[in-house]
Amino acid sequence: MTAIDSHSHDHAHGDDHGHGHSEYPFLAHHFESPAQQFDSAKLGMWVFLATEVLFFGALFAMYVLMRAKEPLVFSHASQYLDTIMGGINTCVLILSSLTMAMAVRFAQTSKKGPLVLCLFLTFLGACGFLVIKYFEYTHKFEANLKWGPSFYQPVVDDNGHVVGAPSASPEAAAAVAPVAGGPTVNPLLNKPLAAEQSAIRPAQVGPAGVASGEQAASAHGEHGHGGAEDAHAKHEAALGHVFDPNLPVNTHRFFGIYYCMTGLHGIHVIVGMFLIGWITLRAMRGEFNSKYYTPVDLVGLYWHIVDLIWIFLFPLFYLIH
Amino acid sequence: MSNHSHTHGSAHGEEHPLVGHLVPFWILFSTAAALLVLTVITVAVRYIDLGEANIYVAIGVAGVKATLVGLFFMHLKWDRPFNQLTLVGSIVFVVLLMLFTALDSKQYEATLVVGNPEGVQTELGQKAPNAPIAKQAPQLR
Repeated sequence: MTAIDSHSHDHAHGDDHGHGHSEYPFLAHHFESPAQQFDSAKLGMWVFLATEVLFFGALFAMYVLMRAKEPLVFSHASQYLDTIMGGINTCVLILSSLTMAMAVRFAQTSKKGPLVLCLFLTFLGACGFLVIKYFEYTHKFEANLKWGPSFYQPVVDDNGHVVGAPSASPEAAAAVAPVAGGPTVNPLLNKPLAAEQSAIRPAQVGPAGVASGEQAASAHGEHGHGGAEDAHAKHEAALGHVFDPNLPVNTHRFFGIYYCMTGLHGIHVIVGMFLIGWITLRAMRGEFNSKYYTPVDLVGLYWHIVDLIWIFLFPLFYLIH
Repeated sequence: MSNHSHTHGSAHGEEHPLVGHLVPFWILFSTAAALLVLTVITVAVRYIDLGEANIYVAIGVAGVKATLVGLFFMHLKWDRPFNQLTLVGSIVFVVLLMLFTALDSKQYEATLVVGNPEGVQTELGQKAPNAPIAKQAPQLR
């Protein structure tokens, strides 16, 4: 690149400084050369990215403290996150980072067609990430895995009927036999309950979209959803979560920080989509070439840091052994 | 002025950018492949019980992946040292933040009054009547 630098250097001196860089229409008058303008823009972007790292860093620090305080909550609650969906999302982000890096390279070599294609693919990757995230969040909400007090609230359907309520007192739960036929499964994890957990009332296996077909049907059979039953369930409601009363105390805190960090990351993905859309339009207008591609490069850096943060979020939330 | 001294063979015959560094495609593709392989590895390690080591393996793999993204996708390998310092510096300060908050987190444990203040407990009783309560304030017993 030494040759290129000296080349631009010559021009900067050859030009009447500050008056009409006819060869570089993109060069602002307060910059001496395209190289200086590029370096300034890049430094500015890196300083911004440093603030992003600090921004998320504070949340990571909160994560460290919360996990150190309640390690069992984290290791138990992590099972409720979908590792497959999280893993697919990781791959989607890595591939969109690849197409973004390729887009920068095509911009650097003035290849308009491939540049637009790569930016479009990156945009699609961002869309795919958000769609998968939407399904993940929806499943969590249907299973009442939320943040704050609502974590322990009864689930109410559109008509105001209670479709699932936190477990009754341990004695009441023990008095009700498990569903006849087949082992009682934890509807959230879709695997058999431990021996001491098998006494959970089938009413907790509510038709809230988390039970397997057979389970849901048998739950319907044993417990109708009449008004009196609901009132009873509401009255009887005691400690714990709707679908798994054996969740450790304070499990809602895991989901609180999960939504906080993945949600903030999701907002960054949405911002990235706007930025990628914007430079895609500019690329289609043919504004970028080997002489001027700074916006592509900087949006690329932003997109990579979004990927980089997810690289840490994924193991910290989804992959706790 | 510039530390851009690296020129790649694969860039010959192609238009050179006026500024910045042209990363060859094989580096981009191998980086992405390495990232995908590391993702598979880190998911697989989740199912192996390494005891305490699990979390360190997960963080280590994530660190390697982040380094790959930074060096090759973000061009840091060929970027100005000051830009490299900006990112590394921000990470150093995040680690400092974690260390100092962790040091401080147990500092006042001995003087803590167990349980929630009465007002908070009343509020919780109204808003989350089903929430399990780990420790009850003595004055509420």
